[in-house]
Amino acid sequence: MEAELIYIALAALFGIFMAWGIGANDVANAMATSVGSKALTIRQAIIVAAVFEFAGAVLAGGAVTGTIRKGIVDADLMSGEPELLIYGMLASLLAAGTWLLVASRKGWPVSTTHSIVGAIVGFAAVGIGIDAVQWGKVGTIVMSWVVSPLTAGFIAFLIYLSVQRLILRHKDPLERAKRYVPVYMFLAAFTITLVTILKGLSHVGLTLSTRDAYLLAVVIALGIAVAGAFIVRRIEPDRKAEKAQHFYTVERVFGVLMIVTACGMAFAHGSNDVANAIGPLAAVISIAHTGLVSSKSAIPLWVLLIGGGGIVVGLATFGRHVIATVGEKITHLTPSRGFAAELAAATTIVIASGTGIPISTTHTLVGAVLGVGMARGIEAIDLRVVVRIFISWVVTIPAGAILAILFFFVFRAVLP
Amino acid sequence: MPNVLANIFGSSPVQPLEKHMDVTYRCAKQLNDFFPAAIAGDWDKATAVRDEIDRLEHDADDLKKEIRLHLPKSLFMPVPREDLLELLLVQDKIANRTKDVSGLVLGRRMRIPETIADAFLVFVERNVDAAKQARKSVRELDELFTAGFRGAEVDLVESMIEELDRIETDTDGKQAEIRAALFKIEFTLNPVDAVFMYKVIELTGEIADMAERVGRRLELLLSH
Repeated sequence: MEAELIYIALAALFGIFMAWGIGANDVANAMATSVGSKALTIRQAIIVAAVFEFAGAVLAGGAVTGTIRKGIVDADLMSGEPELLIYGMLASLLAAGTWLLVASRKGWPVSTTHSIVGAIVGFAAVGIGIDAVQWGKVGTIVMSWVVSPLTAGFIAFLIYLSVQRLILRHKDPLERAKRYVPVYMFLAAFTITLVTILKGLSHVGLTLSTRDAYLLAVVIALGIAVAGAFIVRRIEPDRKAEKAQHFYTVERVFGVLMIVTACGMAFAHGSNDVANAIGPLAAVISIAHTGLVSSKSAIPLWVLLIGGGGIVVGLATFGRHVIATVGEKITHLTPSRGFAAELAAATTIVIASGTGIPISTTHTLVGAVLGVGMARGIEAIDLRVVVRIFISWVVTIPAGAILAILFFFVFRAVLP
Repeated sequence: MPNVLANIFGSSPVQPLEKHMDVTYRCAKQLNDFFPAAIAGDWDKATAVRDEIDRLEHDADDLKKEIRLHLPKSLFMPVPREDLLELLLVQDKIANRTKDVSGLVLGRRMRIPETIADAFLVFVERNVDAAKQARKSVRELDELFTAGFRGAEVDLVESMIEELDRIETDTDGKQAEIRAALFKIEFTLNPVDAVFMYKVIELTGEIADMAERVGRRLELLLSH
């Protein structure tokens, strides 16, 4: 009984630490595009992020949490020694958290998701045995790390191309923007709500038929699009500012759209990244409670709440500063470009979350930004940084793994 | 703390290029003050204007170096890096020619012959107009990038370049007329002065030539 408490307390502590780190660091990438393009002020960005990260984590974060908790390690192999899995999950949390701390100090572009997956694979393969890892599942996850930025890039490319074709290349871009921006709002809201309802909501006890799900998504999306159209229509051209920049008012119209995609991005981020913190926590809790290595039990809602809450606290303490710094640096990403990147990334991430695959939101967003660049939409992209990101994919996994193995043996020796 | 998303954006050359063109134009514009002073023999005023030209040309040089420094080969851009650097180079030459011609006139305390003075001042103005039109065209760069170098924005810039070409052709005509007028009176001048007078006309005319080449460079960007 006492051991159980220690396990859960440690797991909760490490889990909150991870969630806090995600909120302090990762969220900045999800929100900075909106701040950089001046669609949102920092204060508004914090509020949007807090609300939608939390909602995403609680409403749609279940499937990915499930994968992290029980999809990577073959639980049946350890039914005899459930405490091994507890040590491993604790070690993974601590390893990923430590690695993230070191890496962000050094300024390396690492991914929370890659760290935690690398850590779990590491402890399971070395600490328990090669066979303990469900390599098929791990293969799928690693493949998705290549596929998700590519997908987001391709979608972003198409979206920005459509923006150029439909709006920016015409003589009356403002009129056209006012006409088409609500359509983009509809698309953004529709995709995100639909995937959430179809894939995410079941664990909250809400199950809708497919027909109802589509209907609900259409209703919500229509509501947002109509409200958006109303706001957008009231934007008056600013002749003076337009003299210096013809697209000034057009960009303001896109700024309204970007508020919608920013919400979507925060929601998507919460739905995917909360699992990195609470997946291992949930695993520890279920084993400690039952004494069994079970892959059946559901994730308690309070665990999701802890994750969402941790992210919000991280956001409020350190995230504000990071958002400000990053936002200042990416002013190139005007609303017309930024929304294309955000919408593409959010869509990709929400779909991945729905299918339970943990992907890196930052890398997906980077892929989306490159997609906009491929559509000749960004003035200059530094390819050296892109290469460095690519290298970090490869380095982070063994780094997380090695640390997790170390911590695993320490915990096994020290803990009851 | 460095951040992936922030660093992935290289520093954009667009705003600095526009700024460089602006400084270059303001430099060339000084000639509209410089030559009337020189013709009136007001060398104090001419020296003051020439100092301003020097300062602006220096500013343009600094901007040029800055832009080059922030345009590494690893940048991925919608238009070739070389074309942007070429554009920068011809923009810079407008300031260089301005400095050269004003330096020559001031250094030799040259007197523009009265018979061609009025025509010459109009000629200078037209050259400055060409630089102004070049600035106007370069100012469209950021819009061109936003629209992906296609559509209505391209038509707009093309019409600006056409206007630039018209101004340049106009300066060519005026240059020929002034040379003809100078030829008629050159025997009344000190031979060395006459030779340098031709040089002044040539250098001044090169301002419009360079402005036109700015247009050519922009056109190249449009064709990608």
